[in-house]
Amino acid sequence: MITLNHYLMVSGALFTIGFAGVLLRRNVIVIFMCLELMLSAASVALVAFSRFNLTPEGLPNYHGQVLVFFIITVAAAEVAVGLAIIVAVFRARQTTDVQQLTSMKG
Amino acid sequence: MPPTLFYLFAAISLLGGIGVVVNRNPVVCAFSMVISFIGLAALFISLNAYFIGIVQILVYAGAIMVLFLFIIMLLDIKYEKERKYNLLGIAGGVIVVVFFFIQFASVLNKFEEGKEPIPAMAQVTNDAGEKVSDVTQLGLTIFRDFNYPLQVVAVLLLVATIGVVVLSRREVR
Repeated sequence: MITLNHYLMVSGALFTIGFAGVLLRRNVIVIFMCLELMLSAASVALVAFSRFNLTPEGLPNYHGQVLVFFIITVAAAEVAVGLAIIVAVFRARQTTDVQQLTSMKG
Repeated sequence: MPPTLFYLFAAISLLGGIGVVVNRNPVVCAFSMVISFIGLAALFISLNAYFIGIVQILVYAGAIMVLFLFIIMLLDIKYEKERKYNLLGIAGGVIVVVFFFIQFASVLNKFEEGKEPIPAMAQVTNDAGEKVSDVTQLGLTIFRDFNYPLQVVAVLLLVATIGVVVLSRREVR
């Protein structure tokens, strides 16, 4: 029997995997992919809450799904801008390794 | 949805996520990300969110993934070179992540409302007696209740497009 906690656990595990990637990887592009994983993990939690908390008419709470729709739109814009910034940094420094991008280090 | 299918798709999305973290080749990482997102789309569809599932595949597995592969190709990134691991850094990262997950699992363990089975949904019909789809309901909600945020998001996409053009343009001397 699949309950809300199963979906929330998948969401949390995926968020944790993305978090691990952000902490452990050095390539900027892979870090960016892990950020996308974390965003999608939040979407799973939202859609699960929308399906498990029905409105009095017996329909899913569509406000959660609308929020996921907006998250996907914002993620698309964010990926476009982020990758443009990565290309600009690569043009200036010839590297995508975060450990070599230390000019803002105190 | 049968529990086996849920576990199958959850495993696909989690293994895809692990593939993103452990693979050295960024192209393999991008494809693992697509596998993960396809599993997630199946989970969305299992939650009767058909529109969100399809959009997840179209936008993430289609558009965003092509953008990532295009940038990887453009920057000509090779494998990450073998080098001495910073063991302290890796241990610290793993410890933080494990503690985060343990905390999350213990919170869920106390969350009693989440232990009830999936409730049955009502089927909506229109005046002609035909079934109304998920897309119709979601579209009505977006365009009625969330019309203003929708237009703000449209402006955001426009600003992002202009911003990308400005960022990637060569310096004018």
